[in-house]
Amino acid sequence: MRKHVAAGIAALAVTVLAGCGTSATGDDGADGDTTTLTVFAAASLQGSFEDLAEQFEAAHEGVDVQLSFAGSSDLVAQIQQGAPADVFASADTANMDKLVADDLVAAPQDFATNTLEIAVPPGNPAGVETLADLADPDVALVLCAPEVPCGAASTKVEEAAGLDLQPVSEEQSVTDVLGKVIAGEADAGLVYVTDVAAAGDDVEGVEFPESADAVNTYPIAPVADATQADLAQEFVDLVLSDDGQQTLAGFGFAGPSPMR
Amino acid sequence: MRVSTGSTTGGGSAVGLPRWTFVPAALGGLFVVLPLVAMATRVDWSSYWSLITSESARAALVLSLQTSAASTVACLVLGVPMALVLARCRFPGIDLLRSLVMVPLVLPPVVGGIALLYTFGRRGLLGETLQVAGVQIAFSTAAVVLAQTFVALPFLVTSLEGALRTAGARYEVVAASLGARPTTVLRRVTLPLVWPGLLSGAVLSFARALGEFGATITFAGSLQGVTRTLPLEIYLQRETDPDAAVALSLLLVVVAVLVIAATRRGRSPL
Repeated sequence: MRKHVAAGIAALAVTVLAGCGTSATGDDGADGDTTTLTVFAAASLQGSFEDLAEQFEAAHEGVDVQLSFAGSSDLVAQIQQGAPADVFASADTANMDKLVADDLVAAPQDFATNTLEIAVPPGNPAGVETLADLADPDVALVLCAPEVPCGAASTKVEEAAGLDLQPVSEEQSVTDVLGKVIAGEADAGLVYVTDVAAAGDDVEGVEFPESADAVNTYPIAPVADATQADLAQEFVDLVLSDDGQQTLAGFGFAGPSPMR
Repeated sequence: MRVSTGSTTGGGSAVGLPRWTFVPAALGGLFVVLPLVAMATRVDWSSYWSLITSESARAALVLSLQTSAASTVACLVLGVPMALVLARCRFPGIDLLRSLVMVPLVLPPVVGGIALLYTFGRRGLLGETLQVAGVQIAFSTAAVVLAQTFVALPFLVTSLEGALRTAGARYEVVAASLGARPTTVLRRVTLPLVWPGLLSGAVLSFARALGEFGATITFAGSLQGVTRTLPLEIYLQRETDPDAAVALSLLLVVVAVLVIAATRRGRSPL
């Protein structure tokens, strides 16, 4: 028993010390057989990028695409702290611009757009038909906080429509908003078209014309000091190709707008 | 592996402690302290005061202190009787009961939040009954207190139950044999005996409630002044203003350390 404890402590100490010595150079995949391409992508891209990664792996023998999904700002913070990413796909231009400013990416390209849609629980218990219905105090409305991209977009449509929305909660992410609607806690929430599509039968979507006032643009770029620079560029090319665009459209994304 | 420490007179090195234990102990200490130091180095001290006194920061701090105090009271009201039953009663199934009480301790808080949602939410087990009664818990401060109480309760119950077992029932038996009624025994003998355990349990609950994040964001939502406690505010500020997030994090650490230090001093050695 005591021996096991001592061995465990020794192992822990070695791990800790080793952790101090190595810097995160991201040299995984350096061995002959497989090469790893690490792609950091916004959470809303999960379904579509999993598909794209499979296509990429099928076309590139011996390449393993590692996907990491999180909120765009979380991913930006990770890349700024030296996380080994080869490609970064953001849900908004503001977060990509942070990396451009730090010279961590060069020349991002827009590859998709997304717009807001009202999500309501199945059966639409509060009878929400238009954006203006959300201002009704009897409708328990959940939005994203203005600090996060989906909340910024919500504020934009709210202002453009001249409404004063009083949400019961301002959530951290679009997933949290969707969760509250799916659970039936909220009567309505503002999420992206792609979120409604991904949620399937759990929610119903109500489109509204004012959504055109807040079109979210998704940029993608290879990370400047990518260990797999060529593969990173090829992955970006795939996303921008006709096949890639078709995959994205299947998940509800619209094509990139001609100008930013 | 029984080691006696501290109580040895004469100070200096502890008697009977193998030397190698100092290495992992020091590593462990570093492991806890280093991240706090690293965070403190990132604080923008010139604007620290304005960052922690912004309107949203103050609202979050006040809400955190209020809800944590309320849930500590709720923990005491529910947890003291629970600890008494678990420590003093014997009936079939009590071991299972004891394990169940501990569940929130090992459950990821998000899971706790989901469970609460399916209990007190609008479509939850009790939700419709509550709604008929005119009680709306979703997205209210009450939901925050419920979430905090749920995760903090085991801390109070465990530490008080441990104290009750250590104290034993001898004095209670004597008091009862002298004619004291059960409530008198509880008030005059049992609770004074386990006072330090009760206090540290209450403080642990308060500290746990103060740090509660996952269950709150899942169950209660996030709205300034209503449900957005300090941990939620920190998480949100990270999106736009990392400096504010770090400043608020340090504030939370300071509050937590003050609370713990206050009870360490107030606790008499058992």
